Amino acid sequence: MLVLNLLFRNLWRNKGRSLLTLLGLVVAILAFGLLSTVVGAWYAGAEGASNARLITRNAISLVFPLPLSHADRIRQVDGVSEISWANWFGGIYKEPRNFFPQFAIKAESYLALYPEYLLSDGERQAFLKDRRGAVIGRKIAQTHGLEVGDMMTLKGTVYPGNWEFQVRGIYDGRQSSTDTAQMFFHWEYLNEEAKRRALPRATNTTGVFIVQIGEPARAAEISLAIDALFRNSAYETLSETEKAFQLGFVAMTEAIVFAIQVVSYVVILIILAVMANTMAMTSRERTSEYATLKALGFSPRFVAGLITGESLLLAVIGGVTGALLTFPAAAAFVGSIGTLFPVFEVSRDTTLAQIGLAVLVGLIAAAVPAVRSARIRIVEGLRAV
Amino acid sequence: MRSMAIPVHYSLRNLWVRRVTTVLTASGMALVVFVFATALMLDAGLKRTLVSTGEPDNVIVSRKGSTTEVQSAVERSQAGLVAVLPEVAVIGEPLVSREVVMLISLPKRSAGKVSNVLIRGMEQAGLRLRRSVELSEGRFFRPGSNEIVIGRAVQAQFSGVGVGEMLTFGGRQWHVVGVMNGHRSGFDSEIWGDVDSLMQAFRRNSYSSVVLRLTDPQLFSGLASRLDADPRITLSAKRETDYYAEQSAGLSRFIQILGLTLAGIFSVGAIIGATITMQAAVASRTAEIGTLRALGFQRTAILTAFLAESVGLALIGGLLGLLLASAMQWIEFSTTNFQSFSELAFGFELSWGIALGSLLFAACMGVAGGMLPAIRAARIGIVEALRCG
Repeated sequence: MLVLNLLFRNLWRNKGRSLLTLLGLVVAILAFGLLSTVVGAWYAGAEGASNARLITRNAISLVFPLPLSHADRIRQVDGVSEISWANWFGGIYKEPRNFFPQFAIKAESYLALYPEYLLSDGERQAFLKDRRGAVIGRKIAQTHGLEVGDMMTLKGTVYPGNWEFQVRGIYDGRQSSTDTAQMFFHWEYLNEEAKRRALPRATNTTGVFIVQIGEPARAAEISLAIDALFRNSAYETLSETEKAFQLGFVAMTEAIVFAIQVVSYVVILIILAVMANTMAMTSRERTSEYATLKALGFSPRFVAGLITGESLLLAVIGGVTGALLTFPAAAAFVGSIGTLFPVFEVSRDTTLAQIGLAVLVGLIAAAVPAVRSARIRIVEGLRAV
Repeated sequence: MRSMAIPVHYSLRNLWVRRVTTVLTASGMALVVFVFATALMLDAGLKRTLVSTGEPDNVIVSRKGSTTEVQSAVERSQAGLVAVLPEVAVIGEPLVSREVVMLISLPKRSAGKVSNVLIRGMEQAGLRLRRSVELSEGRFFRPGSNEIVIGRAVQAQFSGVGVGEMLTFGGRQWHVVGVMNGHRSGFDSEIWGDVDSLMQAFRRNSYSSVVLRLTDPQLFSGLASRLDADPRITLSAKRETDYYAEQSAGLSRFIQILGLTLAGIFSVGAIIGATITMQAAVASRTAEIGTLRALGFQRTAILTAFLAESVGLALIGGLLGLLLASAMQWIEFSTTNFQSFSELAFGFELSWGIALGSLLFAACMGVAGGMLPAIRAARIGIVEALRCG
């Protein structure tokens, strides 16, 4: 207890320097936490994806459609238990910055495939009955103040014109990592309306099929079996697990993710330099003091421990403060950036990494001064004023 | 007594005396300036790439409401109406190209990841519409053939796309017959082929866009309003330069926000580093400061000298950071553009504006970090200061 008291008093001796170092630590740990959270949000789509669902898309690329007639043939593949389909709509709600994904879905089977989208039975029935009905995620509802029964107009970019929907349900996520910034409506509505408006888009087609498989272990085999059905046909397919599909999106922007990761470790390096500098200065100033302690009979190890303890104390206070501040900072960040990241959560791993790195910085910063002070000879130390 | 300034080289030599600390603190600042400069350079490179893709006298006609060519669909009859507009320049042939733009997935060289590449089918006039593009290897595709030409950046980033190799998509084999150099424009990230062959392979009945050259850039507004007024036509015209500038908007904003937020957060760390270093410098030179004061230098002179020292420290860091950043010009950055959903390669572009801005940023960090210690130095009383020596 006495030692801890000594550590605190030592820290308090040069208030200005300690506070500045602490501030630097807090900022760095906070920045590291925010950056890790951004990277985590990048992977959130893949994190929430399932290995028990396959995505079948056109082999050329995602922008090419597949004919609906594929569905019946896929359903007959051994191991397939359920199939549904979804089509990217790409509409603008009021203005482009309000971006959120919209999908035209085969409603009944799609909702059955995604039990993680929680919808009350009443809302589900109302949606299934209304051809122009739509279901939106809680996040969209909150961001734009929408309620069940409200009308929404989307301006199509892929499908030109204005499209009207009535919100019939608002879904919640089963887990906090479930994406609740999506909108779903009936594929039949899009298809019939595209025919009626004579849009220059192929009808009776869809962007992707979602295939439920009984045993996730057979995913690779079933994917190959599905793709083999359509080999050398006009519409070749490419099937992969939903997780691989989502990771494909992350891979497209991995240059950016990589840059963020590099930068988040650079932050730690900078703060290490600042902290090491502080500890070096502190121990240089107190050389005679450490010599006195040694003259009084304290072991070199005690002196080294004193310096390490002081450095650690500073690092832990800074690390914990920074980690705690990450939560409100993340909330503010997501508030300003909107629905760009559907899931933005400070994970427990991030918090642990923050505190772990702070401790590491504290230890490394103290290493050189601690060893030097422990080695210093009493006479020389006392001479240095 | 007239107040006298402390010579600048007093400050600079002090930095030299404490070489090790100077280098440590300056490298912290260098990292911050590096991040600051590279973010701006990346943004400038992206803008340059997409702006230089468009030409001021070219016009892209696409469907109303579509933000990219990939989303757009132009029916044959409407494309025919656009192609015969009187504003279209005729040099031997009408300079108008009906085009189809799609995305295809290709494996990247790194770790076999797959990304989308933009593939453009065009008429022969399309080659003449892009003045910036020239062949660096092989030849251009022949009309009506299954031949394709690969952009320089696509060839660098993706595997299996060398001259003489074959790509298979749409149930056909496509021969790579040439590599084109778009001089750092967006065309470096595209694949070109014949429009009719590609439409057949992709089973499309409609074009994506019509690109045309105006006889005179001034004629644009007339053409745009005429297209708007014509009830048969559901298309809108954009200057090519404007179209490509819009393509960069999303990614550009993202890079700016991310880069500047990071630089902002880091600068707090670097400023603190500078303050701690300067505090220590002041503390260890108390007697020296007392001597200077006794020699007749005013408090403001002391303040200025220490600020100069701090700014000097920051500028060393700034220069170091800029040096590091300028090396990034040799690196090509490639990622998926959110807007077009296809891979786009662009470089880091260093301009005088960015260089000056970065140094100014460094100087500001120096002033912010040095202010408190400098004030403390200026406040030191002569007598106490001399006594503690």
